[in-house]
Amino acid sequence: MKIYGVAILAGCFLVGQIIGNTIGHWVNIPGNMGGVAFAMFLLILVNERARKKGLLKEETVAGIQFWNAMYIPVVVALSATQNVRAALTGGWVALVVGVVATGCCLLLVPLLSKIVVKGNNHDTTI
Amino acid sequence: MQVIEKVISSNGLVFAFLFVGVIMFLSYWFSKRVTRNKIPGAAIAIIVGLALAFLGNDHGIADVGIFSGMALLGGPMMRDFTVVATAMGASYIEIKRAGLAGIISLLVGVIAAFVMGATLGYLMGYTDVTSVTTIGAGACTFIIGAITGSAIGASSDVIAISIAIGVIKSIMITVITPIIAKQISLNSPHSAMVFGGLIGTTSGVAAGLAATDPKLVPYGALTSTFYTGLGALLCPTILFMIVQWILG
Repeated sequence: MKIYGVAILAGCFLVGQIIGNTIGHWVNIPGNMGGVAFAMFLLILVNERARKKGLLKEETVAGIQFWNAMYIPVVVALSATQNVRAALTGGWVALVVGVVATGCCLLLVPLLSKIVVKGNNHDTTI
Repeated sequence: MQVIEKVISSNGLVFAFLFVGVIMFLSYWFSKRVTRNKIPGAAIAIIVGLALAFLGNDHGIADVGIFSGMALLGGPMMRDFTVVATAMGASYIEIKRAGLAGIISLLVGVIAAFVMGATLGYLMGYTDVTSVTTIGAGACTFIIGAITGSAIGASSDVIAISIAIGVIKSIMITVITPIIAKQISLNSPHSAMVFGGLIGTTSGVAAGLAATDPKLVPYGALTSTFYTGLGALLCPTILFMIVQWILG
């Protein structure tokens, strides 16, 4: 049944949130640290284990795939509910700092991708 | 009219499904027929979303009565739930391979954004320690800006600027990522993890990658979800002390 898939997803999500919030509490920050990532790891783990044992029926997977497919529509709704006016109230300082700092971070993407690939290759040769 | 309004406002989430469905349909049609698939439908739909946000205030279009359900559909709960679901398409081997890159990019991402933001803020006339730190934190994400600003006692106008910087970053990433994806070689799970770690703004990374290549979403989400926590940890503490030490 599809609801089994949705339930597995919900279970992974909630456990991830609990782990993330616990870590957030430990390091004394409001909110959660990496909750989504822990939930994703958990789902990947459950997925691989259950698939190997043949426990994962097509219908169950369909329950998870539905929410996977809802991702872009949710992001569209998310964009439509952003506080875009706040971006304008900060004036020139906000605009210059926002654009320049973000641009610099984007430039680091290819740089860092390369450096670490080299590092990884090095690791495997050892 | 009154009956329609009443039905819609008491079924906000259902109306949001319909509304977003219509936006998606029109955007994908526009992508195919007008831009000949040059601009992805998802990217157009997201930009339409951002434009619609101007109809409201703090919560974008959700401030307008009949669209209040958009806040639920586009809220953090649904965002995180659907992001977790994308892990079904992620490969554990790829994640392991790029794991180290992800961790390094997180640290570099927070520090680089902070240093750039703080330096520019200083050059533009915000020279006291708390303002410099708060503006630097805003260049990470707007949540980090708000947390840091209130933790170290920055004035409310500086906090407002720092939040604005974070929002600009998020919007800029959303719009610009699909356009420059090729130039910054954002085309593999590995580079998506580095991208998520370096940029960090969860909504921006999520939307930017969705518009670029939905297959990359889980990898970017995986690292970016640690960014705000790390920034909220470093900015009001170690980075604040370093700024204090430099500015004497």
